[in-house]
Amino acid sequence: MEEPFLRIEGVSKSFGAFQAVKDVNLAVGKGEIFALLGGSGCGKTTLLRMLAGFEEPTAGKIFLDGRDMAGVPPWERPIHMMFQSYAIFPHMTVEANVGYGLKHEAGLTKAGRAARVAEMLDLVQLKPFAKRRPHQISGGQRQRVALARALARQPKLLLLDEPLAALDKKLREHTQFELMSIQERTGVTFIVVTHDQEEAMTLADRIAVMDRGEVKQVGSPTEIYEFPNSKFVAGFIGSVNSFDATVVDREGPNLRLSVPGLGGAVIARDVPGAVAGQKVSLAVRPEKIQLGKERPTSPNSFQGHVKDLAYFGKDSLYRVALGDALVQAHAVNARRGDGGARIVDWDDEVWLSFEPSSAIVLVS
Amino acid sequence: MKRRSTFLMTVLGFGFAFLYIPILSMIVFSFNSSRLATVWGGFSTKWYASLFSNQKVIDALLLSLKIALVSSTIATILGTMAGIALARFTKFRGRVVFSGLVTAPLIMPEVITGISSLIFFIMLADWVGWPGARGFTTITLAHITFSMVFVSTIVNARMVQSDRAIEEAAMDLGSKPWQVLFDITLPVISPAILSGWLLAFTISLDDVVITSFTTGPGSTTLPLLIWSKVKLGVTPDINALATLMVLTVGAGVVAAGVIMFRAERRRLADERLAYRNND
Amino acid sequence: MSAGRFSRWFDRKGWAGLIIGAPYVWLLVFFFLPFLIVLSISLSTNTPTAPPFSFGGEHPVINPSAYVRILTDSLYVRAFLTSLFNAGVAALLCLLVGYPMALGLTRVSTTWRNVFLMLVILPFWTSFLLRVYAWMGLMGKNSWFNGLLTDAWNILVPMDWAVKSVPMMHSNFAVVLVMVYTYLPFMILPLYASLERLDPVLDEAAMDLGSRPAQVFRDVTLPQSVPGIIAGGMLVFIPAAGELVIPTLVGNASQPMIGRLISDEFGQARDWPMASAIAVALLVLMVVPTMLYSHFQAKAEGSK
Ligand SMILES: Nc1ncnc2c1ncn2[C@@H]1O[C@H](COP(=O)(O)OP(=O)(O)O)[C@@H](O)[C@H]1O
Ligand SMILES: [Mg+2]
Repeated sequence: MEEPFLRIEGVSKSFGAFQAVKDVNLAVGKGEIFALLGGSGCGKTTLLRMLAGFEEPTAGKIFLDGRDMAGVPPWERPIHMMFQSYAIFPHMTVEANVGYGLKHEAGLTKAGRAARVAEMLDLVQLKPFAKRRPHQISGGQRQRVALARALARQPKLLLLDEPLAALDKKLREHTQFELMSIQERTGVTFIVVTHDQEEAMTLADRIAVMDRGEVKQVGSPTEIYEFPNSKFVAGFIGSVNSFDATVVDREGPNLRLSVPGLGGAVIARDVPGAVAGQKVSLAVRPEKIQLGKERPTSPNSFQGHVKDLAYFGKDSLYRVALGDALVQAHAVNARRGDGGARIVDWDDEVWLSFEPSSAIVLVS
Repeated sequence: MKRRSTFLMTVLGFGFAFLYIPILSMIVFSFNSSRLATVWGGFSTKWYASLFSNQKVIDALLLSLKIALVSSTIATILGTMAGIALARFTKFRGRVVFSGLVTAPLIMPEVITGISSLIFFIMLADWVGWPGARGFTTITLAHITFSMVFVSTIVNARMVQSDRAIEEAAMDLGSKPWQVLFDITLPVISPAILSGWLLAFTISLDDVVITSFTTGPGSTTLPLLIWSKVKLGVTPDINALATLMVLTVGAGVVAAGVIMFRAERRRLADERLAYRNND
Repeated sequence: MSAGRFSRWFDRKGWAGLIIGAPYVWLLVFFFLPFLIVLSISLSTNTPTAPPFSFGGEHPVINPSAYVRILTDSLYVRAFLTSLFNAGVAALLCLLVGYPMALGLTRVSTTWRNVFLMLVILPFWTSFLLRVYAWMGLMGKNSWFNGLLTDAWNILVPMDWAVKSVPMMHSNFAVVLVMVYTYLPFMILPLYASLERLDPVLDEAAMDLGSRPAQVFRDVTLPQSVPGIIAGGMLVFIPAAGELVIPTLVGNASQPMIGRLISDEFGQARDWPMASAIAVALLVLMVVPTMLYSHFQAKAEGSK
């Protein structure tokens, strides 16, 4: 197998008795945007700090471009970090901040340095602010200084620790796309840490979902969303209706489950390793559930009544009581009834249905 | 990331040796039986005995304590007012002069303060016939003046940190500004006021230069007594006196430090508990 | 004024006036007024025949002769230079010793930090006079410390240079040494305060950008601690330059410092105008620049 650009092999980190990162194995390809996604305190920053060289792994190895990084101090690693707090030097101008790392580049003339700084300031659109001090620019601009400063060194790998967390919502959405375009133009491999699943889905080519120090699943945004491998991942990414179920038997390419919570059988997508009689979980995303007044033809159809509905304008969220269970269904408001009335309203009897391909069976 | 450098730790070690070896040496030689204060001649506690039977030392100590008690208390009241004024009243006529007056004594060489106080008291006696004789009153007045600015610095620092919103909340609930001062502000800054008082007390108890200028015949404070003796050279009974003073103050500071440290740790533990219970 | 109007006035303005007024008036009377008197006396004529503790000269007049003497008499010029030199060297040495100590304090665990900080502050609470006195014991001819130094010296240098004891007492060396000893905490504390505020992430950022620890210190730590260096330097330099106790006890009487001179002019020569003029000169030379500096510094901070 070809050696990946960055290989993290069995890396663990303990602080005293507390294990912050547990046996992480990852491979990141050159030019990728790779996201580490997980709740706060799950060890994302710790993993990044091991890559940057600020912490030594308690166990395991890190290879960059085939080179073992053990014992290489931070200042000799071709890996740069954009710190969660940005860590802008408060006593230097924007320009001096961006140029700081270039002082250590042998063979770079003064003019070459100035040119690189100018190029970087251009890249992040901070030219007019070059002479300002950090306290004279906004949070969003500070974030771009941190980005330019790290990129100026032309790193092989750029680590971004919650790069957008400190920005407000509007700016965050705008900056996401800017980050992607900068990555595309520079071709630098990005590892982005975030606790925001939408951000990870938008930015990343691939995502590693972390929980309590462990990597739970690695895959493209589609894989993670459509084919989660565990209850944790399914619940962490987006929202999900989840039911206890038992495997009954196989039916062609599908599995037949008995789901007491829905009061009947469900045909679901087959997963490897499922055997008859096994206790599993059934997960169905709210937007995959169709909601209607007439009985649908789908094999997975259930009748219930609308307990609650939240109207968001372009779509609505329904909570439908089905026996003991409350099922969430998300539907686009494509039409309205005669005279503009709601087609489905509070306390209406409705039919819920979903395709077997939308029914995810989770073994763990 | 380990950030402890051997160099820094070595300097720290030597630095503390530099700070403490002279004091320890003084303590050791206070138990020296020899009259030559720096040549060891066997263990003895006789200098302590002679100290306790020396009425001059005891009188001087009592006078010092009296001055320190009165001056630090008045200095704390005035200094607290000044600290609050500087922190809360950002605009009043003469504020620049006022803040200058409050910082100047901090950095003023003591000789200058001492000599100007003495000349002032002499001239004042000339003009208005008061103070008749220099002594307790003049020393106390001078001590109040230069120690109040230390109190105001501490109080001001604390006031700047404290949350103004709680004072505004009290006013919003119907308190008049001076009621807010007594109900809210003073209780909140009380630890700072206490440390200010302690500092003023110690400064007064320790002062030589200003006291030597403002004293008069018959008013010998403990530092003045020591001053007159050490000018003549090293004597073993001063070693004993020094040991007693260092141990008393040291025990006090260590006890205060331990109490504060414990309280801080308890507060942190409580906060952690409260945080966990909220989860 | 009726009681109601008085209480309304008090609630709105009076209480603030009281809080500002009491310390203001006190400092004007007991600090500022004495100064004006000193200033006026420095410009008056001298009457050497006046009895002690009373002033016989003419004032207020404008008689600059005391100031002229300060500038022309080499005794005063030398005293000023000696004071500035001793205080300057002491401040520099305090910085060289205190900086690594303060930096070391920020690098130990919180518990040790509290213990060490207490150890730094502790000497400050014990008698200043006795700390000077402790060194008199150590530097004296017969002390164990002097003995150690003498032995070390005799081993290191050729036989001809051997000494019976190291002559430390009553020298500028002794003055500087004791100043460093007594003022070291004043350097460490402001330095520690400014170093402790620095964000350790900035050090990591610099390392991440290619700086070795020594470069991180030069580029990140040192420039950001300049306010602490200046504060500590002033806290040591100014009182040291005006120091009276240390030069009196361990200094060289033939090379007096300004503090000693002021005291002697006043007490022994009974030359009030001269003593006052030296005091004013010391003030103009050091205290005024310091206060102006901190005033503008505070303004610059405020405008951030
Ligand atoms: N230097 C350290 N010493 C002890 N515990 C640490 C240290 N750094 C991180 N931790 C702990 O490790 C866990 C993971 O932290 P971190 O990697 O910062 O999480 P996040 O995913 O939010 O970035 C947290 O519980 C944190 O308290
Ligand atoms: Mg983090």
